[in-house]
Amino acid sequence: MPKDDGIGAATVRREDVRFLTGRGRYSDDIKAYGECAAVFARSNVANGTIKSINTDVAATMPGVLAIFTGEDFVEVGGNPAGWLINSRDGEPMKEPKRPVLAHGKVRHVGDAYAAVIAETAAQGRDAVEALEVEIEEHAAVINMKDALAGTNYVHDEIGTNQCFDWGWIEDNRAATDAAIKGAHHVTTLELVNNRLVPNAIEPRCSIGDYNPGTGDYTLQTTSQNPHMTRLLISAFVLGIPENKLTVIAPDVGGGFGSKIYHYGEEALVLAAAKKLGRTVKWTSDRSEAFLTDAHGRDHVTKIELALDDKGNFLAFRTETLANVGAYLSNFSTVTPTFLHGTLMAGNYTVPLVYVNMKTVFTNTAPVDAYRGAGRPEATFSLERVIDMAAREIGRDPIELRRQNFIKPDQYPFASAAGLEYDSGNYDALMDQMEKVSDKTGFAARRAESEAKGLLRGFGVNAYVEACGIAPSNLVGILGARVGLYDAATVRVNATGNLSVMVGAHSHGQGHETVFPQIVANMLGIDAASIDIVHGDTSKIPFGMGTYGSRSLAVCGSAVVRATEKIIAKAIKIAAHMLEAEASDVDFSDGTFSVKGTNKSVSFGEVALKAYIPHDYPIDMIEPGLEETAFYDPANFTYPSGAYCCEVEVDPETGKVRVDRMTAVDDFGNVINPMIVTGQVHGGLGQGIGQALVEQTTYDDDGQLLSASYMDYAMPRADDLPFYVVDHSQSTICTHNPLGAKGCGEAGAIGSPPTVVNAVIDAMQSGGKNITHIDMPMTPHRVWTAMNNAQ
Amino acid sequence: MYAFDIERPTSVADAVAALKDQDAQALGGGQTLIPTLKQRLAAPSKLVSLTNIADLQGIANDGDTLRIGGAVTHATVAAEVRLTYPALADLASHIGDPAVRNRGTISGSLANNDPSACYPAVALASGATIITNTRAIAADDYFQGMFTTALDDGEIVTAVSMPIPEKANYQKFVQPASRFALVGVFVAKFAGGVRVAVTGASNEGVHRWAEAEAALTADFSAVAIAGLTVSADNLIADLHGSPEYRAHLVKVMTGRAVAAAS
Repeated sequence: MPKDDGIGAATVRREDVRFLTGRGRYSDDIKAYGECAAVFARSNVANGTIKSINTDVAATMPGVLAIFTGEDFVEVGGNPAGWLINSRDGEPMKEPKRPVLAHGKVRHVGDAYAAVIAETAAQGRDAVEALEVEIEEHAAVINMKDALAGTNYVHDEIGTNQCFDWGWIEDNRAATDAAIKGAHHVTTLELVNNRLVPNAIEPRCSIGDYNPGTGDYTLQTTSQNPHMTRLLISAFVLGIPENKLTVIAPDVGGGFGSKIYHYGEEALVLAAAKKLGRTVKWTSDRSEAFLTDAHGRDHVTKIELALDDKGNFLAFRTETLANVGAYLSNFSTVTPTFLHGTLMAGNYTVPLVYVNMKTVFTNTAPVDAYRGAGRPEATFSLERVIDMAAREIGRDPIELRRQNFIKPDQYPFASAAGLEYDSGNYDALMDQMEKVSDKTGFAARRAESEAKGLLRGFGVNAYVEACGIAPSNLVGILGARVGLYDAATVRVNATGNLSVMVGAHSHGQGHETVFPQIVANMLGIDAASIDIVHGDTSKIPFGMGTYGSRSLAVCGSAVVRATEKIIAKAIKIAAHMLEAEASDVDFSDGTFSVKGTNKSVSFGEVALKAYIPHDYPIDMIEPGLEETAFYDPANFTYPSGAYCCEVEVDPETGKVRVDRMTAVDDFGNVINPMIVTGQVHGGLGQGIGQALVEQTTYDDDGQLLSASYMDYAMPRADDLPFYVVDHSQSTICTHNPLGAKGCGEAGAIGSPPTVVNAVIDAMQSGGKNITHIDMPMTPHRVWTAMNNAQ
Repeated sequence: MYAFDIERPTSVADAVAALKDQDAQALGGGQTLIPTLKQRLAAPSKLVSLTNIADLQGIANDGDTLRIGGAVTHATVAAEVRLTYPALADLASHIGDPAVRNRGTISGSLANNDPSACYPAVALASGATIITNTRAIAADDYFQGMFTTALDDGEIVTAVSMPIPEKANYQKFVQPASRFALVGVFVAKFAGGVRVAVTGASNEGVHRWAEAEAALTADFSAVAIAGLTVSADNLIADLHGSPEYRAHLVKVMTGRAVAAAS
């Protein structure tokens, strides 16, 4: 058994060698012979009618090869939403067409209405400036409440700005209303889950190529899921047959959700490559990224929690407006609904949950899944209102949560929001959190802070989320237009080393290290002899990609299943070599041996025999050693955690500093604890960023005021404390072969309410009757709240 | 970025000559100008780099006054004046990030006069003299409002003469995104009195706070300004703070600077 690099080992990430030495190969690093550049003309108004686009002058500019406008794509399809949501009255959601280039109207600042293809990007920019464009500007629809109340429509053809009005669980609505009406105590909180710009370090980049000799298209692009991108382009947008289109996502510098989706730029570079017979590259600049990458969150919520006289939770009821921006991005309809409403029972035995979700079109960038995707919004609402309730009824916030926790002997537990949690132990997580955070030392630390003139607060949070999305049969019933399995092919090469082709895509997660750990563990061979191939539809089986913390639980399970098939076949080959019955052959530590004898062959010898099948039972066993498995999970996985943090607030300036942060998570079986810790660190950083600094602001005209790093703050190292991260209190996922749950988003889910709860605690300790401050809790906002409370 | 020519003169005279061309633009460290060019928000015909001019380099100390060459970088100031003028070194060491500090120059910052920049505050509070290829300009006359200075077209800041105070301190409350000063206050105590310069706060750019100077000249303690109020009139309103918040911070940061002055 390879103890140093198998399951459970903190194996150093092999991909970091190239990433940290400048040898990564990102899309923009790829230079094709004769490549030319695409540059987009983007709207500088949020809502306007395109009256005319005169390309005559631009077309004669140096280096210009072609100019495309929306007119060129009228005959092709649009970029669809991946999930059909029906409103409470049974009406299907409104799905306005999302074209490759805007046609007729532009609907947000940054909306592309033309593209110039030129020899160089600089020439393309010159030509874009030379386009003679007349756009008649209209009043913009920005605020969601105004959008629903008014008659100024983002999409005139649908006659409303509401995409859908969804209820979950609709059958529980009346009972929930009655429970709240009759409750001993009801806590009500109105809150905003602030819009975030994803800010992957690598901006999007797409390279289209067309080979007139074969009719083959190739798209190299910054994607988290190349097969889904291919499917969307083939089946919905351009109609290129899947067998004639290869999509390659090489090294990708972060996505956080924003690179799940297919974007019009990808279709444009393919169409341009076909027209010109040239390789066409588009690389986003940072300004385009701010304006056009799908943003995250942007919910406005009213949540109510009903309690009985003993503090038992009776019902959660929420009304939320969720912004979908100007067009439906691929996951924009499932994120606020099934990835959010189904989590609205949290970690609790609460019997009733009702969620009303209205999604709203506005003249802003599309909004879609961003690290956590619906679950951070759910957790934030729940854990804020619970904290507020504890304060209102005079209960300790930890004890109130514990009283209502699902207990370990209640699994599998059918939550009031419609999910069946398979495992968990929330009290154990809370116990561990209290221990490793040195909660008992808080009073002394508060006294130290107060001696410095600072307020100190302690905030706590419990979360459960749903990962590993999900059983295809279930999601199909719920409206998904795709399946949500994943796939792996394990190819044992003749000399005994392995190539493992996986459907998941690694853009920071560390798959190239973790998946070999699994296979090495199963085959008893050195992980260094196993390589992962991902991100190229011409090489890998049809997989659904990476999002929703699903790579290990779903694709990792497919790797297990494929490896099991390898072992089953290898045992047959070994049995022949050992002149034994297959049932008498044992396999362990990389060696096949006959029970009760000292006869054995190594894994490498079996591999060689499979590919040089001399003296081989060719009538019974095929040559070769390569197996594929598709894995469709039986359920979501349910990671959970207990977090706490301590903040210091400067009452003179409103400045918040997170001093301590503890994350105790249950991720099920952990394959590589170092990578898991790293994922938690990243999530915590993003969650603290959302809580304290990240602010996406459109003005009333739809101009993005926070459109650069001069005004959009990202969390920096000195904004963040050293973290205490613990995953010692795991319960095993019961339905996948790895027992793994998923860790990629937890930090971003658990931390925002923890930080806000701590700030409110600090405010209260300073004698300020402040019950809520919206994120981001910038110094100005905290100072204003404190001033208003005086 | 639009196409442009670049010249790298080695003397002030050659730089002045090069800047006579129409639409020529002086280039210091480029930490503001280069991003502006990349955004296509400026289209100079020619950039005249000042960083190869030996006369614009170096820091001299005559005991009372520092003479800092115009092309001296923030990093060099931070490293070299730590003992002679620690508050200035501290200010320079917190401008931007290491890349900015290794490129950005004092003359570039002063010529740009960004309303949230740090150098204008120390120059004004120190009673500096801005020395150009043609004249010497007192700081009180030099800063003329947001992105506006007394410099004529083609005039080059060759050095800054910075009197060394008895005590000084700079308090920068950072804007969370840019980490420029949301409000920055530089307090400098000289034998002849106290000067207080405020950056980041005003639509008029860097400015002195006369009431605080008078109070602190009489009594150099944070208590001395306790009874003062700062008007929010004409202070900056943006995503990161209201005029009222900035007015409040001016007083808080002034008090902290006095308390920390050394």
